[in-house]
Amino acid sequence: MNGLLQQDLNQETFTINLGPQHPATHGVLRVKLVMDGEYIVEAEPVLGYIHRMHEKMGENRTWAKFLPNCGRMDYLCALSYNHGYVAAIERAAGIEVPERAEYIRVITVELNRISSHLLWFGAFVLDLGGFTPLLYAFDDREQILDLLESVTGSRLTYCYFRFGGVYNDIDDSFITGTREFIKRLRERLPMYDALVTKNIILIKRLKDIGPISKDMARRYGATGPVARGSGINFDVRKHEPYSVYSEFDFDIPVYEEGDSMARYMVRMKEMEQSMRIIEQALDKLPEGDIQPKKAVKMVKPEKGDYYHAVEAARGSFGVRLVSNGTNTAYRLKLRSPTYSNLSLFGEATKGMLLPDALALMGSLDLVIPEIDR
Amino acid sequence: MPEPFRVILFIIFVMAFAGLNAAYLVWCERKGAGHIQRRIGPKEVGPYGLLQPIADGIKLMTKQLFLPKGVDPILFMVAPLMVMVPAIMSFCVIPFSEIFVAREINIGLLMIFAFASVNVLGLLLGSWGSANKYAVIAGARCVSQNVAYEIPMLITTITMVMVTNTMNLNEIVRLQDGWFWHWYVFRLDISLLMPVAFLIFFVCSLAETNRAPFDMAEAESELIAGTYTEYPGMGFGVFFMGEYANIVIGCALTTILFLGGWQSPIPLDFSGFLGVIWGLFWFLLKLYALIFTVIWIRWTYPRTQFYELLNLSWKVLIPFSLFNLILTALQIKIFPWL
Repeated sequence: MNGLLQQDLNQETFTINLGPQHPATHGVLRVKLVMDGEYIVEAEPVLGYIHRMHEKMGENRTWAKFLPNCGRMDYLCALSYNHGYVAAIERAAGIEVPERAEYIRVITVELNRISSHLLWFGAFVLDLGGFTPLLYAFDDREQILDLLESVTGSRLTYCYFRFGGVYNDIDDSFITGTREFIKRLRERLPMYDALVTKNIILIKRLKDIGPISKDMARRYGATGPVARGSGINFDVRKHEPYSVYSEFDFDIPVYEEGDSMARYMVRMKEMEQSMRIIEQALDKLPEGDIQPKKAVKMVKPEKGDYYHAVEAARGSFGVRLVSNGTNTAYRLKLRSPTYSNLSLFGEATKGMLLPDALALMGSLDLVIPEIDR
Repeated sequence: MPEPFRVILFIIFVMAFAGLNAAYLVWCERKGAGHIQRRIGPKEVGPYGLLQPIADGIKLMTKQLFLPKGVDPILFMVAPLMVMVPAIMSFCVIPFSEIFVAREINIGLLMIFAFASVNVLGLLLGSWGSANKYAVIAGARCVSQNVAYEIPMLITTITMVMVTNTMNLNEIVRLQDGWFWHWYVFRLDISLLMPVAFLIFFVCSLAETNRAPFDMAEAESELIAGTYTEYPGMGFGVFFMGEYANIVIGCALTTILFLGGWQSPIPLDFSGFLGVIWGLFWFLLKLYALIFTVIWIRWTYPRTQFYELLNLSWKVLIPFSLFNLILTALQIKIFPWL
């Protein structure tokens, strides 16, 4: 009798498949949801729908040939992934990078970070049902894409960095264009603030919704805005400075609340900080070469195990490479931030309402090809 | 003209109006959304994209009426009609102008509410019949939303009926004759809360017609397309037409109850044919101003959370409308000469 009752109770729940084709998942993520009415009993992200074996590909092509793959992982902040990989190789093979090249790297990566956050901003408000901010954000992002196109030659999946430098020097039109863009975005951000951030509906949907505690963020290895929204003050740019980040004065926005609003605010404030970094980098931009005097031809890192992390738009992106002294990797491990950030989704959404869970998912800023690699 | 011919003529007119209006409101909505979002909107089909709704209609009509596996065929097919037909029926009593009404009946207001409540049944049956979990969630949301918002709407309507002493829509408009301060929204002497009642009624009509920010039934980022998820071709098209017809009904009712219907803001009346056009002009102007507001709201605000929606109704709108009812009753009783 007891068993029967238990069974009846169990039938109260039902399973729905969120994705792999669902407007809220921004790609081919599938989430298996066990629901009790509109409440989520259990959420299980199912990955692998866009797995392309990037790590394996790294093992059977030369170091340089793997470079274009980096831009295909996180297509919204491709330059950070370029940066992570070339920095790891430079550390492994001991390649010196000219200072001008490092500055150009910082400028372009930060521009890319702003474009990524702008797109996230639009897509996130779209998740909440507001369609219009998306087009405004795309309007701004378009300026960045134009700027980056003029130096890198591509608009989305960049392959701009080289071992020891960058591929192309920046010119005056890029510099003035970037300054103009920063001026423009400084005027636009208060408008977004007034229209979106201070909107009562948005505040009610984000404030105290989807809390991720400090402890939970630590346990799942969350990084980037997700961790900083939970009060963990960690940013690779500040705490393990690489490139020339130690020369700039910028803040790391940290919010203690851990709710969706905190993650939202972290990203909005990060755009302002990125603009500060770009301005300082443009002011300090040294003259000189953009690639080493002696061209880097065949890279063969010493036998060993190397790791380098960079702060991508979504968190800390780490490249661990094991070299056996040849021109291909013995093992290439890519630590992508969104993978860790998503893994807390199941625990964080327990007992949550479906729309709130989707707001939480949006606030994690998922890029699916980067999860699956 | 003999009465039966007149009625038939008018019914043909209102059906054409409902159909065309639905089609061209989609155009207006897309154009309006385009301009709000700094883009052009439809422009390829015909001048200013004016033939776009017709192209859309042809596309929807030529699509195969496909029954997905596991649906309840009868409910699935009937549900769109249950949304569309009552909406068109309601048009029969809407006075577009003094004499421009298909049927002037004494219980016009009651009839509209009776038909409006069928709408939610259609949505529920459609979502249940399409055997889709997302649709069922949307259907359940739809019902609780409609129940929650029908109450403050009806309480406000009762207040208005107390004020006007009639349910005849033409009579209600006639009572608002004269300068624009005779419109009920400005009649603070009847009830101090009249503008609030107007707002409550408008918000409720937004929620009743499942428009943003209360579009829980569709909620495309959560429930794919909500109730309409499984509907192909014209099944979806009819739902859509019904939805737009309902918006028109809601806004028309707001215009009639609060904004003086066909009355011009200054007491300037013409007789004969010119009078009909004059009334029609003012009615449509007010109607489309309200409809534009509806579109404007949709493209500005994000969607509310579902429990916020119910909280708003049960904790804010219902108490306020009840208070308004009591206040109005007192004011009518204490100052009967006003």
